[in-house]
Amino acid sequence: MFIFDTLMNRMRRGCQTMAYPKGPAPALPDRHGGTLRLDAALCPDGCTQCEGVCPVGAITLEPGQGTRLDLGRCLFCGDCVRTCPHGAITTTNDHRLAVRRREDLILGRSGEEELRLAAALDKKMKSLLGRSLRLRQVSAGGCNACEADINVLGTIGWDLGRFGIQYVASPRHADGVLVTGPVTKGMELALQKTWEAVPEPRIAIALGSCAISGGPFVGHPQHNGGADPIIPIDLYIPGCPPHPLTILDGFLRLLDRLPKHNL
Amino acid sequence: MNTLAPFFLLTNASRISWASVPVFSVTKLVRLTSEMLQSGARLCSWFGVPDQDGTILVAVLALDAESILGVARSEPVSGSYPSLTPAHPQAHLFEREVWEQHGLVPVGHPWLKPVRHTCDNAPANAPFFRVDGGEVHEVAVGPVHAGVIEPGHFRFQCAGEDVLHLEIALGYQHRGIEEALAGGPHPATMHQMETIAGDTTIAHATAYASVLEALGGAEVPLRAQWLRAIALELERLANHTGDMGALALDVAFLPTSAACGKIRGDFLNLTALLCGNRFGRGLIRPGGCMHDLEEKRLLTLIEKLKTHMGDVEQAMAWFWDAASVRVRFRNVGVVYPSQATDIGLVGPAARACGLVRDVRFDHPAGWHRFSQTPVAVWPSGDIFARARVRSLEIQRSGRYLFEQLEAPVDGEIQTPVPAPLPESMAVALVEGWRGEVCHVALTDHYGRLRRYKITDPSFHNWTGLALALRGTAISDFPICNKSFNLSYCGFDL
Repeated sequence: MFIFDTLMNRMRRGCQTMAYPKGPAPALPDRHGGTLRLDAALCPDGCTQCEGVCPVGAITLEPGQGTRLDLGRCLFCGDCVRTCPHGAITTTNDHRLAVRRREDLILGRSGEEELRLAAALDKKMKSLLGRSLRLRQVSAGGCNACEADINVLGTIGWDLGRFGIQYVASPRHADGVLVTGPVTKGMELALQKTWEAVPEPRIAIALGSCAISGGPFVGHPQHNGGADPIIPIDLYIPGCPPHPLTILDGFLRLLDRLPKHNL
Repeated sequence: MNTLAPFFLLTNASRISWASVPVFSVTKLVRLTSEMLQSGARLCSWFGVPDQDGTILVAVLALDAESILGVARSEPVSGSYPSLTPAHPQAHLFEREVWEQHGLVPVGHPWLKPVRHTCDNAPANAPFFRVDGGEVHEVAVGPVHAGVIEPGHFRFQCAGEDVLHLEIALGYQHRGIEEALAGGPHPATMHQMETIAGDTTIAHATAYASVLEALGGAEVPLRAQWLRAIALELERLANHTGDMGALALDVAFLPTSAACGKIRGDFLNLTALLCGNRFGRGLIRPGGCMHDLEEKRLLTLIEKLKTHMGDVEQAMAWFWDAASVRVRFRNVGVVYPSQATDIGLVGPAARACGLVRDVRFDHPAGWHRFSQTPVAVWPSGDIFARARVRSLEIQRSGRYLFEQLEAPVDGEIQTPVPAPLPESMAVALVEGWRGEVCHVALTDHYGRLRRYKITDPSFHNWTGLALALRGTAISDFPICNKSFNLSYCGFDL
């Protein structure tokens, strides 16, 4: 009976893949908040309330520098947003978070109230990878949440395959690595070997606050505080974990596959 | 109950003073623990506490039938003590861990080697057990696996297709969570608890919050307990649905696999509806919950849950209706009930061996004191049974959620939690989707955390996977592995 059932079910439902990126992006959950914005100009002198509540030291207040918020460290817990009495740190409900350079995740300077979204790969890399990107995922201390939301992009709702992006089993078949986790000491050698096994030209993506900065484990001696010192990173996708929409936006942004209205 | 007498008895999620934990010589503690385990108790945790004159060993036992926990400790020891493992294999990883962390040698332990210690830039997990013989060959897999999955190393000893022995070596994911807790709680502690195992955020966060609430003597408002129970079942639904899809995929049964992949995401989105994060981060804090389920949101949740439960029930029906699926899972990867008892399996893996073990039922705390769901059990111990238990739990979690959502509890969702009392101990068990999550905390003279011991269900259950592979074809490893779906980072901490 199940054959008849499944066929009927398929007919009734039709295509379940979302219209994005041709259509508009689906809304984030209303309590998600999306990326953050920091208007440091609103910070009065001497106010340190946000710095005190940040669990991972993503907010710094150095004399003469003003407030700085590092979204590479941020867990997006929202404690600073709730605490700030001046409305300097706000949520934007914007899912777009991927950047090309580590410093583009730091907010606070005048004109840098928001992060600087990733630019596409250069022309040569784009011609090589733009329509076919194979990634070898390496979990190097990831808690399985980033991994789960990487996996979810392969399901029928998101259908990553339609962009020519695929996760592969062998680094020899890959065009790049996708790293999650703070790169624990136990995974350092394995990550190095995986990276070396990927043929050039290759790219590296750090996904989740752990892989960018160590995340909630920042400062522990049992890991390297992210993938950066071990392999050169081409794309940073922050979040704990990043929403699948944020991850997809990052991939498509890098490959220059986003239509103008979703850029 | 007489056999329990030497242990101090307490209920789940409660606090006792450290002084009231009975002290025995280490030999006597091992003997008493052994007697208790012999008479049907389970070892929830066994760990060391550094002390001036050595290491204090602490035993935390569960007596499921009596809904009670027992704790006892040893005098400070150094050097060695008689191992529990030869008589009670469920202690084997705990004793290896104590040896690794405190240097106490369990004399008589048959396979003493590190659990998660690293040497330079890789775990120190060699040497591996080897079977010799002309026909025997060895297969090494990992740490980086073929899929998008956490790292671990599997070493198979095979004769032809058949696996004679599988050794599972972990430690790749060690992030130093327990070490960092000393002197805490610290500002990042709650966030680390939420990421012990990312797919078990609610269960670990609830266990940690319960421990701090017990230590401080706070009673969480009922509405917050109700919210936590709802989030826990949503977490179970998402993960069990994902597992059913993964099992279907590995036997190439695509209708269920494709449907479950999507429905899993739908369930995660229900958690996100509650708190903004698909894994439930930011929902639970000591003292209650950070987000409420106001009426409009509640109605949306019920409406969506109805749709998703309908979808998942249909996907399950295809799965169980297909003889090609059933035959692939029957009598494959069998763990016998006696083995399950010996190695101390927990959660769905134990219930699939016919063991009636469920913390929500055996040691109810929080909202589960007022409302429970029937324990889902299947007797055959094979992959079929593990899939069957998950499938039953999906149905029962769904029913439980509808019951709870129809009768919301009024009141606040937060209460202030006083600072932890000094020289105290608290134990909290929570039935996560993989099984029993156990957190034990001990405070020092100032009320700071002196020792914090986390036991993820995977710590008990990895041995179950190794046993399930014995006599099984190596090509069946993927379905055996999926049927357990254990956590690497929850084990490695």
